[in-house]
Amino acid sequence: MPSSCVPLATESSHADRAHSLVRFTEIAKSFGPVRALDGVDLTIEAGECLGLVGHNGAGKSTLINLLTGALAPTSGSMEVAGAPGSVHDPRAARALGIRCVFQELSLCPNLTVAENTRLVHPGLRGWNWSRRAASLIEAALDTVFPGHRIRAGATVASLSLTERQMVEIARAFTTTDIAPRLVILDEPTSSLDASTASQLLAHIGRVTQRGCSVLLVTHMLHEVLESADRIAVMSDGRVVGCDPAGVHDRDSLVALMSGGTHRASVARLAADRRTGSSQVLRATPKGGEPLVANQGEVIGLGGLAGHGQTEFLVDLFSARTMAMVAGDRKRDGVFPLWSIGENISVGAYRKHLRHGLLNLASEEASAEEWRGRMKIRAPDMGNPILSLSGGNQQKALFARALDSDAGIILMDDPMRGVDVQTKQDVYAMIRAQAAAGRTFLWYTTEMDELYECDRVYVFREGRIMAALGPDEITEERVLQASF
Amino acid sequence: MSARLRWLVRQPWSWSFAAAIVVWLVAAVAAGQGAGGALTAALAFGTFYVIVGLGQMVVVTLGPGNVDLSIPSTIALAGVIGMKVMDGSNGGIVPGILAALAAGAAVGLANAGLVFLLRIPPIVATLSASFIVQSIAIEIGGGLLVKPPPALAWFATAAPLGLPLAALVALALSLLVSLVLARTIFGRTVSAIGQNRRAARLAGLQVNLVAVATYALSGVLSAVCGVLLASFSGGASLDMGVEYLLSSIAVVVIGGTSVNGGRASPAGVWGAALFLFLLVSMLNTLGFGAGTRMVLTGLVIIGVITAAGGERAA
Amino acid sequence: MGRAVLPVRVDARLLLPVATFVILLGAIFWLQPRTMSYFGLNLMLNLAVPLALATIAQMMFLTINDLDLSIGSFVGLVACITATWLHDRPWLGVLALLGCIAGYAAVGALVQWRQLPSIVVTLGLSFVWLGLAILLLPSPGGNAPDWLASFVGFHMPLVPLPIVACVVIGLFTHVLMMRTSFGVVLRGMGGFSRAVERAGWSALRARMTLYALAGCFGVLSGLALVGLTTSADANIAQRYTLLSVAGSILGGCSFFGGRIAPIGTVIGALTLALASSALTFLHLGADWQVGAQGAILIAVLALRALTGREREA
Repeated sequence: MPSSCVPLATESSHADRAHSLVRFTEIAKSFGPVRALDGVDLTIEAGECLGLVGHNGAGKSTLINLLTGALAPTSGSMEVAGAPGSVHDPRAARALGIRCVFQELSLCPNLTVAENTRLVHPGLRGWNWSRRAASLIEAALDTVFPGHRIRAGATVASLSLTERQMVEIARAFTTTDIAPRLVILDEPTSSLDASTASQLLAHIGRVTQRGCSVLLVTHMLHEVLESADRIAVMSDGRVVGCDPAGVHDRDSLVALMSGGTHRASVARLAADRRTGSSQVLRATPKGGEPLVANQGEVIGLGGLAGHGQTEFLVDLFSARTMAMVAGDRKRDGVFPLWSIGENISVGAYRKHLRHGLLNLASEEASAEEWRGRMKIRAPDMGNPILSLSGGNQQKALFARALDSDAGIILMDDPMRGVDVQTKQDVYAMIRAQAAAGRTFLWYTTEMDELYECDRVYVFREGRIMAALGPDEITEERVLQASF
Repeated sequence: MSARLRWLVRQPWSWSFAAAIVVWLVAAVAAGQGAGGALTAALAFGTFYVIVGLGQMVVVTLGPGNVDLSIPSTIALAGVIGMKVMDGSNGGIVPGILAALAAGAAVGLANAGLVFLLRIPPIVATLSASFIVQSIAIEIGGGLLVKPPPALAWFATAAPLGLPLAALVALALSLLVSLVLARTIFGRTVSAIGQNRRAARLAGLQVNLVAVATYALSGVLSAVCGVLLASFSGGASLDMGVEYLLSSIAVVVIGGTSVNGGRASPAGVWGAALFLFLLVSMLNTLGFGAGTRMVLTGLVIIGVITAAGGERAA
Repeated sequence: MGRAVLPVRVDARLLLPVATFVILLGAIFWLQPRTMSYFGLNLMLNLAVPLALATIAQMMFLTINDLDLSIGSFVGLVACITATWLHDRPWLGVLALLGCIAGYAAVGALVQWRQLPSIVVTLGLSFVWLGLAILLLPSPGGNAPDWLASFVGFHMPLVPLPIVACVVIGLFTHVLMMRTSFGVVLRGMGGFSRAVERAGWSALRARMTLYALAGCFGVLSGLALVGLTTSADANIAQRYTLLSVAGSILGGCSFFGGRIAPIGTVIGALTLALASSALTFLHLGADWQVGAQGAILIAVLALRALTGREREA
């Protein structure tokens, strides 16, 4: 711990600290058995732009939540603006001058731009508040995005996604009583076009010169390379590298993000991959290149999370010929009031009909069968589905889709939270089912799983950016097309 | 033994039955005698709550926002049409019942059309429909009270051995609804929609068709109630359904059906219907006035939902 | 694109209820020209004032995506308090009315604290209000306080009082909810509560405030009603519960998303009140008065659905 150093050193570290706005030492954060942050050391200096990159699930969001006061660390020490201790709540974060632009926007759609500005400034009240709020946000918009054409009186619901993001960003830079000292931008350019994105990057340069710090979290590597002073790379809950931006280029960042270890245990060899001949599906996401699937193929959908893969699958889904394995279990998959068995049989009711009524014995027998095949760890398939761990719930959802008679199975990144052994079992099952003639469309964010596929389409911004054949599936090719 | 008790406590309907029994005993003790009579009366009046409650329950099970406010006017319309077609003769009973049921189904389908085709929120859709249905009922009824056919009037009021025959109809309907909910694709789909509409669609279920059928079912059950109620009370009056607006929701909620959708409790509807009726008669016996009875009924509803809400939050 | 459409959209929100109202009023004037007078208007719109107030109370619930099934019973209770205690012992009456408003706020706290569905809680609450009203006034009767009757019966020069009252109610609530910085927070809670809480505002306080506001307008509605009818009855305003829901939706409020329209809401209530008058003049008979309200509701909501405004709801 720096604070326990000898007096002489304290002198110099004190001087150091005067510049460090945020200092994380050995910060860890666990959610149950999952370690989201695993001993993070990180500083954000006053007046610098720190870039933060990493794969989905590397721990970036957790880090942000610690800074905004939404979460408290499990262990380790953090220090903000010279004051030790964690940020207690959003109000405390605000008082410290920490502002955050969240990836999912936090504007009220039923309010106007000016009214949304008022929400974050308790001081905007009394006579004439709305004119003051309007001129405040308009000035901020004018500064960050010159020529923006957004009116302060416009209802947010009437704005395009790009305009909403512009408002949200500009709002973070407005000042009434407490000036922003650290602005966190989480994927700020995900809905901005090229020109507004470069306006934002230019503005980041201006505010950092005035002494305000910016934490720029993004998948757009060229942005951090261009605007960040230093770049921190996260992987598996750790900061695996934190260097001045100048020493990096795209490739070195990608190498760091993937942990530097190139997979020795490539699960399948290119020679094992095969392509089918009879086409069962052809779909064109967002007017780009078409996606074609043949019978018996396992088609991978790659790319960064949130680039339209899930939406593509949901739009594609049609009950007659397809079954879906949800990745977002809570939103798309699990029926929380039902037992494990009921959650499985919902995909194949017709099988269990006897004289128009569902036969409970047949339902139960099928559930037992799937318990064995999927190795679902439950004492009784009649137990509620929520009594299972996330991974085992996911197995039940797999069983639901495989139990159906659908010829095409859509999978929406379904392996999140599934342990390694189960994954291997499921991979094998997918192979066997594909060999028997089923077709799989498999969206995944994990490189290992793309290796399991026969062919891969890489998505970016809702479009297919690359179609990789059996012998072209490599991490480099996928990452190149993703960024 | 204790395992069985724990199972009983966990059932959504057990509380409403326990409450009904307590109230029944208090009423019986307070009155000194006539516990059997109180039960007969409770079954006779509870029947109507149960029948409309079943329809409301299935609609509520579709998930938040789904509710049928057209039940009172459907009761009136079906009662009026049924009595008109029967015209007091025993020979008209079958066509009368069929006409009433058809009217109920038509109201239900109209509701569903407003909700799913015109995308009007169910609360206002069924409310607006009920205004129109009410006017149609007034128009058809024309201010004349048509007496029910003698056979039907006898059936609706007879209670051999203290067991009202109409209650048997309600019992049969409850069993049927329970079976449909638990053992048919329709019933499972209703529950799935109520738990997670998006997941239900992605599981390949016929989400829209089932939701429409659910509103139609509620209309048909209201119609059954309308015919029975008109026969019970010597003719269809236009305001005979009024009290079933709020009480149909109350029996559903007190009976343990989840207001958030997905979990129906047909047995609980019985418990709640008996409980509400017996509560009123107990307070009557104890000498409380109408005002106190209402206040206590209201507090019970709020108490039940507060307890149930806590269970969900946990 | 959205920007260019915006001014039209804001107007369109008010356009539909205003157009419905104007057409209806025009039809009445055309059918029965004698209504186009001071007394004619006074007579027709008199009873619209308490309904408009009750509808505004309902709108307060809609602001935070809740629904009040007890407002009709509540207005009945206020009417009973007004015609008894407020008439005989004014201090007791005032205290009771304040207690009613506090009761509403407490229910708001309960709903927020336990995350309860408002529709069921207010369903129970409606029995409580009605029961209290019956306890207080078992059979119709009581007397309106003199000051109240003379205030409500006041003959304004030139413009009938009901019109002035409706304009004042509409403008006041519009300023309160749509123009003040306080109203912004309340509406924001209905729009995206997590974002507002993230900015440090209390959802509990917001819900309690809105419920209390609903109570205040419910009290005003009951006062106005007793002033007009000069006596009270526990069941006097039962119809207000459903009419207030219909009126606020007609006026442009939504069940979800904190989208409210105070001026439209007042006009929606007036429209429903006028619908029955119009039918009388059309000689369609009393049978169809309620049906006409339903038909107007469906027509307007269908029109709105077709123009796509409800898409986001």
